[in-house]
Amino acid sequence: MTVSQILFILFALATLVAAYLVVTVRNLIHAALWLVASLLGIAAIFVMLDASFMATVEVVLYVGAIAILIVFAVMLTRRVMEDVGPQRTNNWWFAAILSVLFFASTSILIWFTKWPNLPEGDVGDTVLILGKSLVDPNKYVIPFEVASVLLMVALIGSIAVALPSKQSE
Amino acid sequence: MIPLAWYLTFAAALFCLGLYAVLARKNSVAILMGIELMLNAVIVNLVAFWRYNEPANISGQAFAIIVFAVAAAEAAVGLALIISIYRRRETVIAEEIDMMKW
Repeated sequence: MTVSQILFILFALATLVAAYLVVTVRNLIHAALWLVASLLGIAAIFVMLDASFMATVEVVLYVGAIAILIVFAVMLTRRVMEDVGPQRTNNWWFAAILSVLFFASTSILIWFTKWPNLPEGDVGDTVLILGKSLVDPNKYVIPFEVASVLLMVALIGSIAVALPSKQSE
Repeated sequence: MIPLAWYLTFAAALFCLGLYAVLARKNSVAILMGIELMLNAVIVNLVAFWRYNEPANISGQAFAIIVFAVAAAEAAVGLALIISIYRRRETVIAEEIDMMKW
């Protein structure tokens, strides 16, 4: 066991425990905070994969934006659940069996496949390469622009959907 | 050195936890949290495959960035829908949002 392997197991276990609490804990605010912990663990996994930009985006976008948005949504819709009554559907055992079966079959596939080893050498300045390839017409400029249009549409659409309708006032 | 299979198993476990949340939780906000976990598992897979195949070819990370943008759009629209439904029907429980049920 090398140091990086021990670190990976620590981060992966922390992430999975936090994710397990996200899906089981009763109080939704606590679930949102455990989601933040889980996303920070995933950012650490990205650092272990030499993807520094992805780790930064994970912290800025997920922890900084989406998690806060979820906390707001929980607070705005809080009165209905009030943390009483069952938080899971009557068929939760079926969902649990399905998830465990899916995990088991995927793990069998993963462990019986021969994967490539880690390539030798340094990955280089990935942020520079990524930034150049995102605006390179021969590479990913069209997906990049489509993604920006998608974000714009989502912004306008969510404002239009969340606005109070006139007859409800 | 960490084998690629470790990352893939970790991502599979994360995906299955998210799947359980989507299928078993009653609250729609909790269902959205499960979707976020599943999307993160997919992104971990993409970045792991990028690192273990050819790091000079950046396409894996570019794909992951696009998935991030889609995830952000999905979260914004999904939460706006939940708030709109809550305003009209006074509920966020997925079983009670059944006006389009055939």
